[in-house]
Amino acid sequence: MTKTGKKNAVKTTAQKIYIGLIFLFLYAPILTLILLSFNASRVRTKWGGFSFKWYVSLFGNREIMQALWNTLFIAFVASLAAAVIGTAACIAVNRMTRKKRAVVMGITNIPMLNADIVTGISLMLLFISFGFKFGLGTILLSHITFCIPYVMLCVMPRIRQVDASVYEAAMDLGASPLRAFFKVVFPDILPGVLSGYLMAFTMSLDDFIITHFTKGAGVDTLSTKIYTEVKKGIKPEMYALSTIIFLTVLLLLFLVNRPPKEKIDKQNI
Amino acid sequence: MKNKKRTGQLLSAPYLVWAAIFILVPLGMVFYYGLTDKTGAFTIANVAAIMGAEHAKALWLSIGLSVVSTLICFLLAYPLAMILANMNVNQHSFIVLVFILPMWMNFLLRTLAWQTLLEKNGVLNQILGFFHLPPLNLINTPAAIILGMVYNFLPFMVLPIYNALVKIDPSVVNAARDLGANGIQTFLKITFPLTIPGIISGITMVFVPALTTFVISKLLGGSKILLIGNVIEEEFTQAGNWHLGSGLSIVLMIFIIFNMVISAIFDKNGEGSML
Repeated sequence: MTKTGKKNAVKTTAQKIYIGLIFLFLYAPILTLILLSFNASRVRTKWGGFSFKWYVSLFGNREIMQALWNTLFIAFVASLAAAVIGTAACIAVNRMTRKKRAVVMGITNIPMLNADIVTGISLMLLFISFGFKFGLGTILLSHITFCIPYVMLCVMPRIRQVDASVYEAAMDLGASPLRAFFKVVFPDILPGVLSGYLMAFTMSLDDFIITHFTKGAGVDTLSTKIYTEVKKGIKPEMYALSTIIFLTVLLLLFLVNRPPKEKIDKQNI
Repeated sequence: MKNKKRTGQLLSAPYLVWAAIFILVPLGMVFYYGLTDKTGAFTIANVAAIMGAEHAKALWLSIGLSVVSTLICFLLAYPLAMILANMNVNQHSFIVLVFILPMWMNFLLRTLAWQTLLEKNGVLNQILGFFHLPPLNLINTPAAIILGMVYNFLPFMVLPIYNALVKIDPSVVNAARDLGANGIQTFLKITFPLTIPGIISGITMVFVPALTTFVISKLLGGSKILLIGNVIEEEFTQAGNWHLGSGLSIVLMIFIIFNMVISAIFDKNGEGSML
């Protein structure tokens, strides 16, 4: 082995160790939670042997199940609404003059750049002042609000790439504006809309702070449920549930990402 | 032409109404409550309350911890982003995914898991004990809060820097090398300056949530360490003094706006985005 070759080998090994350590740091808590979900002991600090019992009792736990449905419902509806409103807004913003566009995008970015706690209390004050009834509805409105910027962040670059003359050509050939949009423009921006939707869904699912301020008494998402359990000790069923969610997503991503992976392998060969 | 204009208005109207009601009006409410007292009269007492000993202490502690965490995030993220950018992964989305994936496990649970790892008899100390090293007393200290911040916000530093690095045209770097610059010179004169928008965006994305958190300090700092976020949260959920809570939020917003202005100056074209 040449001297530079050796040096490179040392360098790549060092790089691999560094990446390994960072990923250990990022994924150690997740491994911990997965292990805890199989812990027969109710106490977090003691290992009582391997057990599936929390996975069984999870499905009998009404409160957790209700919180799960609330969380999924909010994430699903909020990200869908955000995707529709956000995509329409992107198309409109893209047609605006430079100055107008800058103002609208500046306002759009506020919920993303502002602190969640400020967004949360500002919405709470709005709902109180205008007599909204706190509950699923107020959580939904808040989630749609903070999800829209993520959708626009993903869709905006795609919209800019779309050639306006293609859309006009479709109209010249007799397509209605709506038909021209769905046949010509929409396929081009679809990847952006999808990644925006996914991003919004993830953000909604993982949100605690804004939900904390905008939920009513008696309505809980998984996050707020966990927060109230912190003092009493987390129910082990919660670990089981989050393990199921995490592994499901991991599996889905693995399945979705398989085809391109094979392509890369072929290219390398 | 007229028709076109109308479609534009039709498309933008729902969003503009939405943004006005749910972004601008609520922010106005924070300012209204923050600058009035219970009788509705104008006052700056709620904002000035930040000077009070307890609040000032919480604010300084928040600033200190968030600056340290942001710095640590930067020092960890830059080399990591460089290694990832050099790996020639064909799927950039895969890199993004690896950092976003943990978010599918609840944020509170992930942070709570650090209790198990850091406790007196926790996993970390058992590993240290195995190697006959002295145990670390981390839980319920400011150090644990910093760790929690770095853990939660590191992806927000890595992704913008990674994106800035990937966008650099390799021929620019090659040209510098051809013209006789060595590795360090190329890095300092070419690579680093081109990633500044990414760095600034990363700093904003880490500093703001770290400065304003109340969850991480509550979960990992015990109940004794109060950050400015905890003070505000308690004003709204327990003490019920919305005017004071809003006044202190205005102070926070000053920091956030300052941060946004800086990022706007360095990142005029929106290059330092996360995706």
